[in-house]
Amino acid sequence: MKRNYDVVVIGAGPAGLAAATTCGNARAKTLLLDEQPAPGGQIYRSIERPAIADREVLGPDYYRGEALVRALRQSPIEYVSSASVWQVTAEREIGVSVSGNSRIVNAKHVIIATGAQERPFPIPGWTLPGAMTVGAAQILLKKSGIVADGAVFAGTGPLLYLTARQYIRAGAKVTAVIDTTPARNYRRALSQGLGALSGFKYLRKGWRWIREIKAAGVPVIGGVAELRVRGEECVSGIEYRSNQHWTTLQTEHVFLHQGVVPNINLTMSMRCEHAWCDRQMCWRVVTDAWGGTSLPGVMVAGDASDIGGAVSAQHRGTLAALRVLQRLALIDKRTRDSAAAPHLKVLTAEHRFRLFLDVLFTPDEQFIEPQDRQTLVCRCEEVSAERLRETIAVGCQGPNQLKSFTRCGMGPCQGRLCGLTVGQMLATQLARPMADVGYYRLRQPVKPIALGELAALAQPEAAATAPASYSKVMSS
Amino acid sequence: MFRYLQGCRGQRPSVAITIDGVATEVPADETLAAAMLQSGRLDLRITPIGGKPRSAYCMMGVCFECLVTVDDQPNQQACMTPVRPGMRVERGRP
Ligand SMILES: Cc1cc2nc3c(=O)[nH]c(=O)nc-3n(C[C@H](O)[C@H](O)[C@H](O)COP(=O)(O)OP(=O)(O)OC[C@H]3O[C@@H](n4cnc5c(N)ncnc54)[C@H](O)[C@@H]3O)c2cc1C
Ligand code: FES
Repeated sequence: MKRNYDVVVIGAGPAGLAAATTCGNARAKTLLLDEQPAPGGQIYRSIERPAIADREVLGPDYYRGEALVRALRQSPIEYVSSASVWQVTAEREIGVSVSGNSRIVNAKHVIIATGAQERPFPIPGWTLPGAMTVGAAQILLKKSGIVADGAVFAGTGPLLYLTARQYIRAGAKVTAVIDTTPARNYRRALSQGLGALSGFKYLRKGWRWIREIKAAGVPVIGGVAELRVRGEECVSGIEYRSNQHWTTLQTEHVFLHQGVVPNINLTMSMRCEHAWCDRQMCWRVVTDAWGGTSLPGVMVAGDASDIGGAVSAQHRGTLAALRVLQRLALIDKRTRDSAAAPHLKVLTAEHRFRLFLDVLFTPDEQFIEPQDRQTLVCRCEEVSAERLRETIAVGCQGPNQLKSFTRCGMGPCQGRLCGLTVGQMLATQLARPMADVGYYRLRQPVKPIALGELAALAQPEAAATAPASYSKVMSS
Repeated sequence: MFRYLQGCRGQRPSVAITIDGVATEVPADETLAAAMLQSGRLDLRITPIGGKPRSAYCMMGVCFECLVTVDDQPNQQACMTPVRPGMRVERGRP
């Protein structure tokens, strides 16, 4: 790694791969950083060395990543894996940690392509060992070929059936798929005008998948309005309510999912402008059509700015790169605009389809805000829904005040698993819109780094000899 | 119980590590969290307040439920840490 770059791209998923490759191929001095050991991001994880040989298991969408990663390997850019970015300042000084050593690199332009995370799913028992996200189960499958037999998949969103089907195709036994998509969502989604046509095709594919899942002897249970994961020290089962009737399934593994939301910790901590999106029920960084944020030289692309899926992420990565290349005077405006046109066309169609998906997979309120009093909202600091409601009732006005009263959001995950829930609870109880309630005030570093790493940064000559003090630095 | 699909474990050589002082063979080229889960160790840490066991929840570095001590460094994310021969792992305790 050098000290200065024209462009630093953070994240090697479809958005970051497209952005970095486009920049590198136009001879911008480009650095691509990703905390994973290999390129591909979430969708194309381990694409260069898939754990599973049979291509039917993960399906053709997964293998689209091969061409993207090949293009990266052929492009003259510097790619550093296992590189965790813990800071980006408004002056575009990037703090990055690689195998326990940190350094600062400077960029004329930064493209943040850090992707999405799964939406919190605060239901009773979601903290029990044996309960994990559907994405986590899929990561074990893609990267390692590891599965758990007898699992129950529960929730809503494209990843639910996709992963259940991958599991079955891989030869794992699945106990059931529990679908919490509210029935009214289907009607609403199909009335989405232009998006409904591609939406209808998607539904047909979805029905085929469900048929395949059922044909494997796996029950698909719809119309579920309440869920509880059961167990004392670990998961022993899951209970669901449908038509006022509770049913229990025995299982040691529950995989939960209700969509993905942008990974906002980095852009929030940089004080980029953000806005609440009602349709996707999440906070989003505010960008122009190219992905430019409120900070000069800082672009955001892919699911990190707006959930659009892998195809959209790739095109938006290219757009951000074209804008940067023009700013660096490596291409002129005309070249930029003609190169951008085909990408914009694809994005228009993708966006219509996304409107359909957003409506279809809007999670129901009771899965967003815990109904049960004992349910933990903040997993790190073990703060229950009841504790939060009591604190709001005595006059707490916002997420930051709630944090200082209850420690909710103060733990190592820096609010990633409670921020949205807390906002929603405040909005309901205070009868205020989410945009008004706001979000935690986040600070850097956004990833944990050892004190020794920081000390070594401050005194570079002592870096080699500094005794590492290993307590972690995390601001709250 | 997590398990390898047929043909997926064989490709990976084993490395020796210790978990809570017990010598264990785990597959190389895995994250510590994946290696521990597939060897049947679901609970990776005990919470400081309620004393409850927790396991890896997201496997992608977001939730911090997988914090363990590696070679005397506390609070390492097991899902982001590759296994290395001779690694000493202690499950997270308050
Ligand atoms: C767990 C999970 C599984 C998914 N699986 C699928 C799937 O199978 N099919 C599908 O169509 N969609 C899937 N998605 C949706 C997915 O978000 C998009 O399809 C697509 O991957 C988005 O591309 P992206 O480039 O915007 O971000 P991503 O592909 O998420 O890439 C972001 C990259 O940034 C890196 N990163 C994040 N923060 C930092 C940091 N601070 N420092 C360094 N690197 C960082 C990450 O390691 C990651 O590689 C999944 C999402 C999640 C969360
Ligand atoms: S399992 Fe979530 S951070 Fe490791």
